[in-house]
Amino acid sequence: MNEFHQTPSHSAPDPSHEDGSVYDGLLGTDSSQWAFGTDFEDPLAGVDTTVPDGVDHRMLAAYCLALADDALVFSHRLSEWCSNAPDLEEDIALANIALDLLGQARLLLARAAAADPDVVPVLPEGSPVPAEDALAFFREADEFRNVRFVEVPNGDFAHTVARVLLFATARLAVLDRLTGSRDAVLAAVAAKGVKELTYHRDYAGRWFLTLARGTEESRRRLVAALDQLWPLYPEMLATHPVEAAAAEAGVGVDPATVAAETDVVLEQVLAMSGVDRPQRASLAGVDGRTGRDGLHTEALSRMLAEMQVVARAHPMGQW
Amino acid sequence: MTASPTEDELQAGFDATIGRNDRIEPRDWMPEGYRKTLVRQIAQHAHSEIIGMQPEGNWITRAPSLRRKAVLLAKVQDEAGHGLYLYSACETLGTSRGELTEKLIAGAQKYSSIFNYPTLSFADVGTIGWLVDGAAICNQVPLCRTSFGPYGRAMIRICKEESFHQRQGYELLMTMMRGTDAQRAMVQESVDRFWWPALMMFGPPDADSPNTAQSMAWGIKRNTNDDLRQRFVDMTVPQADALGVTLPDPDLRWNEERGAHDFGQPDWDEFLQVVKGNGPCNAQRLAHRRRAHEDGAWVREAAMAFARKSREQEASA
Repeated sequence: MNEFHQTPSHSAPDPSHEDGSVYDGLLGTDSSQWAFGTDFEDPLAGVDTTVPDGVDHRMLAAYCLALADDALVFSHRLSEWCSNAPDLEEDIALANIALDLLGQARLLLARAAAADPDVVPVLPEGSPVPAEDALAFFREADEFRNVRFVEVPNGDFAHTVARVLLFATARLAVLDRLTGSRDAVLAAVAAKGVKELTYHRDYAGRWFLTLARGTEESRRRLVAALDQLWPLYPEMLATHPVEAAAAEAGVGVDPATVAAETDVVLEQVLAMSGVDRPQRASLAGVDGRTGRDGLHTEALSRMLAEMQVVARAHPMGQW
Repeated sequence: MTASPTEDELQAGFDATIGRNDRIEPRDWMPEGYRKTLVRQIAQHAHSEIIGMQPEGNWITRAPSLRRKAVLLAKVQDEAGHGLYLYSACETLGTSRGELTEKLIAGAQKYSSIFNYPTLSFADVGTIGWLVDGAAICNQVPLCRTSFGPYGRAMIRICKEESFHQRQGYELLMTMMRGTDAQRAMVQESVDRFWWPALMMFGPPDADSPNTAQSMAWGIKRNTNDDLRQRFVDMTVPQADALGVTLPDPDLRWNEERGAHDFGQPDWDEFLQVVKGNGPCNAQRLAHRRRAHEDGAWVREAAMAFARKSREQEASA
């Protein structure tokens, strides 16, 4: 083209070598040299997405959205810790948990869209926005199916430790059972998620104990955080009609059926930490409707306003 | 018993190691000035990684696709990791992360001035990857061969990860340039805004860089500011061309005779203002770091108290 194009040599960069330029190969087309995530692939590529016999595809999609939105919204809250954590190690660990949950959310959103394309918001014709992003960025708050537990704003580090502990303990029990789903995609997502959530639960459990047994202040903050979260917690283990139907069809798990085992784990952590179970009633809904019905706290629409602002400004954009 | 070596003999040994381009290791004798210079440079580099989390972190909660959000979160997380390696390298010289953090938030140690510029659109995430990480790598690749062992080894790891980030940034801009007119305009505006600050990242012109000569003699620094800046411009021009953006410098042109590009000078007065603390985000970045550090104090205290109690329990068991 012109004389400027003499520089690149298209060889792999060797940063330990003075002459190895990091720009080498930047203009090349060898995709193996590109970093993770720089090629867009359908997250379910190569996976059989056929809906199992006798399963209502609408119900399956609704069930996937509930599981996806819990992960998506909590991931977002955890990502708000970035550059704000008490120490670098915690910054890195919280980002890890956020990334794991974001990964789960993407697979589940893609599953929901594949099971029932009608759940995907309609964008202008020719929009290149993939289904997972249409679902994440172009739904209104009342179309989100997450429990309210995951959407309330972050408090201090104790609040996040308690929230991760409760969330990971309950979700781990659900996903552990979901590995036996008749839906191959959900079973695979669950198998991956079990490993991740085991780490999340252990991480939060260690910090829960540390804060409970650390200083007077850390204990006071932890007890207060647990107290604050407790009314929201039962919603995570309550049965929603969609979950009941998914369990009935052999593709999903009714969280109420894992409530007892979740409680055993939690009781161990509480006992070891010398923290009493809060005596708090569960948070009421509105006319019986809660998060899974699309009835949320005031915090969700505000969170989504921030999360969706760039995507919504560019419905024809590609990223 | 052998007599302990004299200062002159130690100095001669040190000079010989540097002369052979060998590494100095933490237990080796080193001149006090060398140690001080290293602490200053590595700490500044570590602080840059940590402060550098903020401008890009600014867009994590607004990333317009889930894939970009994951990539960005992972990238900012890598920066925290780089900060960790570098603080560790610095600790081998007899200081501690806590001490260095206190100096940072007191304003007694510096970080790269580029992070005192604001990120105003999502395209900045790509531009920072392409130009800012690109310039940082140009500065850092020679440091993989720096004379102090732990620093050089940390830099090898960091440069590998930074080159991933740089590609990710460039790829984001490429994708946006294939998108809508509004997206292309967003990329161009971002490049216009970051081009000159990126050139400033190599430091003042050689004539005005007082520490360069000694750092080069000690093998801490391997190239002059102007050399590296030239290299960066020569490498970036064809990439801008491939991307379809213009670089905002009317004096930028190929000089056949020199086999290099001629280019204009950044606004060195602005650079000085930013270095002095008067940049668009200096106060904001430090306040953020200070707040996060202070808000986390009770957690760090709890962890230490818990560790102490656990040790006491073990001892009495």
